[in-house]
Amino acid sequence: MLFEILITIFQWLIAVLGAPLLVGVIRKTKALLQGRRGPSVLQPYRNLRKLVRKQMVISEATSWIFRITPYVVIATMLLAALIVPVLSTARPVEFLGNIVLLMYLFLLGTFFLSLAGLDAGSSFGGMGSSRAMAIAALAEPTVMIAIFAIALRAGSTGLNEMIRASITDPLLMLNPGHLLAFFSFFIVALAETGRLPVDSPSTHLELTMIHEGMVLEYSGRYLALIEWASAIKLFVFLALLGNLFFPWGVAITLTPATIALAMLALTIKLGVLTVSLAVLETGLAKLRLFRVPELLGGLFMLSLLAVVSFFFLR
Amino acid sequence: MSKESTETRSDVIAAITEFSWAVELKTDFVREHELRITIAPGAFIAFADFIRQRFDARPELIFAEDTRKESSGFTLRYIFELPGRDLFVIVSTPLEKGQESFPSIGARWYLASLFEREINDLFGLTPLDHPDLRRLPLHQFWPEGYRPLLKDAKTSKPFEDDGQPFPFQQVQGEGICQITVGPVHAGIIEPGHFRFSVDGETIVNLESRLYFVHKGIEKLFESMTISRGVELAERISGDSSVAHALAFSMAVERCAGVDAPRRASYLRVVFQELERLYNHIADVGAICADTGFAVANVHTMRLREDLLRLNERIVGHRLLRGVIVPGGVTAADFSNKQIADALNTVLKARDDFNEVVAMALESAMVVDRLRGTGVLTNKTARELQVCGMAARASGIDADTRRDHPYSAYSDLKFHVPVFDEGDVWCRMMVRVEEVRESANLIVQALDSLPTGDAFRHLSNPSAGSNAFGLVEGWRGPIWHWVVFGRAGALKRVKVKDPSFSNWPALNYAILNNIVPDFPLCNKSFNLSYAGNDL
Repeated sequence: MLFEILITIFQWLIAVLGAPLLVGVIRKTKALLQGRRGPSVLQPYRNLRKLVRKQMVISEATSWIFRITPYVVIATMLLAALIVPVLSTARPVEFLGNIVLLMYLFLLGTFFLSLAGLDAGSSFGGMGSSRAMAIAALAEPTVMIAIFAIALRAGSTGLNEMIRASITDPLLMLNPGHLLAFFSFFIVALAETGRLPVDSPSTHLELTMIHEGMVLEYSGRYLALIEWASAIKLFVFLALLGNLFFPWGVAITLTPATIALAMLALTIKLGVLTVSLAVLETGLAKLRLFRVPELLGGLFMLSLLAVVSFFFLR
Repeated sequence: MSKESTETRSDVIAAITEFSWAVELKTDFVREHELRITIAPGAFIAFADFIRQRFDARPELIFAEDTRKESSGFTLRYIFELPGRDLFVIVSTPLEKGQESFPSIGARWYLASLFEREINDLFGLTPLDHPDLRRLPLHQFWPEGYRPLLKDAKTSKPFEDDGQPFPFQQVQGEGICQITVGPVHAGIIEPGHFRFSVDGETIVNLESRLYFVHKGIEKLFESMTISRGVELAERISGDSSVAHALAFSMAVERCAGVDAPRRASYLRVVFQELERLYNHIADVGAICADTGFAVANVHTMRLREDLLRLNERIVGHRLLRGVIVPGGVTAADFSNKQIADALNTVLKARDDFNEVVAMALESAMVVDRLRGTGVLTNKTARELQVCGMAARASGIDADTRRDHPYSAYSDLKFHVPVFDEGDVWCRMMVRVEEVRESANLIVQALDSLPTGDAFRHLSNPSAGSNAFGLVEGWRGPIWHWVVFGRAGALKRVKVKDPSFSNWPALNYAILNNIVPDFPLCNKSFNLSYAGNDL
């Protein structure tokens, strides 16, 4: 029991502390692909350190919502990182890893960010909020349904059970639904984490911003919390993608050997995913905003097909 | 004088003589391509209507001069362009002593209404029956009654904001919101305020308020010497240093009655095209960057840097400043090695650029963003007198280099690309094709570079001599009107950057587009704030 608790804390630390590294690797890879040298992979950590030390400027027009949002956002993400099986499925408390809870946590964060975007009363915040809500309304159901396609096969919505079921019975993954679900989950993850082709994380053009628009008024410590939270969100999505759809290596039983193997597997999975994300982003342009619903609608259909295929191809 | 231009002129003179039965006017040919007409303010509108009907003439430049010392009243000047003819009609209307108003032609030409608002602010001369006489160049903190371009301008009143909001157009209706953007923007760009009225994400009206960087350039010119003047001209809009310096120099040379030597005219082509090249290449990359396609931008930035370094190697300045002067060009001694270096760099940049463009256009997502975005229709472009590159993307086949050749352009071969749809894609493709033409022009000019001097000394033009210089900058035609006072001092310089006539086009091109497409649309015009605000 104690060992399980320790491992849970350990994998949680990997998620929350390793997340900025993931962002750094994506930026570095993109820079290299574009023919630039790019900043060090540790730059996101340096940015966070810089932001924490900086003075905050808070608009007088804001209410308590603005001040509480960074804490809500980081709290939801820290909790989400606790739920997602990063290294092992062994849990001290079994009910923790539930996909529905995870989705609600994400939505809670997005909801508060949107409120904060509106709170300062600036036009960019408002635009960011309205766009983020429109996209969330389309993307979150797709994420849910894509995961349900796996959950149906495993017979549980618990993330741990899903992974365990896939490992013990690999034939479950030999299914077109699995591939469909993976594909739509991957693209929706891009929308959810504010990346191309839906949102451009590096733009300075306020009029085009979605996630960046909502957080435009934040500075200093608050901004550090929000940036850290978005990094964790990216980590959580990539870890889910890696472990749910390619569960090999995830430790079911806890021995030093399985943990070591799980760490190796995690590094490889995240490495492959981040690099492919960077490659994908380099080759993509940003979609016209009104095309985003078409993309997300298509992905929703794919996830639905993945679920339906379960009933046909049992 | 060529046969063709004689015919063009006699045709126009015949028509105007016929018209002069009705009103009293004085005609005068000062130079080959200028017909000068002096007409009383009361008869001007009838004349303007006449040449509009007869020759489809459009006023391209309107300005006032404070001539109260010489002729007791102000003088207004209108330069009309006659489409299809290499001839400009310069109309002067001297106002009476103490007369502080003049008839407006702002309801006939939109561009004229902007010039008239400018005259109203800077000279205090009121255009009568003007459709929209809000402030233009001078913001609210300029004291009431202070007219900076008067020779005796002075004020004791403080410069402070009067607290009154600018009367923007109001759009009302259910669900219509206003979005205010600027004047300070994210990123390193100049200031300008944009007022969007939106229905959801769809833009139903856009009004821009510029002139936050009104620096009094035209006032600064006054009493400068020629050599200081050309330095100021280079600094009007940094990315058009060569074009502004050239337009100014051509005006001064015409006043002095001196032509630049042949070698200089070829080198001027080279420098102008080098400027066009680095700007167009960077713009195409920036348009791609605004679609989120960063790879293209990174590569065009590299190519731009290569070209800027080439500029530094051959003339000692990255933006080619200090090269073009009235009388010719400095830095004219090129070794064969330098010429070969320039040719190599330019051709390499052109080839690399074509690869980048091919890569961008292969991406369906990039093309989807460009096509159909920010359409400026041919009709709107004509009505607003949009000029230059943006006009050529909206199906207006006009290029000063071909239509009113200067420097060595008449000796060189080039093609003027014209696209019809007027969307962002067209504005990008015009640039893509012009890059190819510019590279060709540089190769031609350097291959046939005449030997000899590249600078001819100018003596000071006589007091009162005046002329215009017109060149095709990379954005479009740039006008400089120069009047000399005593001892070679500049008395009045009027500058028109193409941004002045093209800014309003953005307000129309963006209609019915969505807010997130505005930066892309704006970038496709890439207008100068500094060149507009002066």
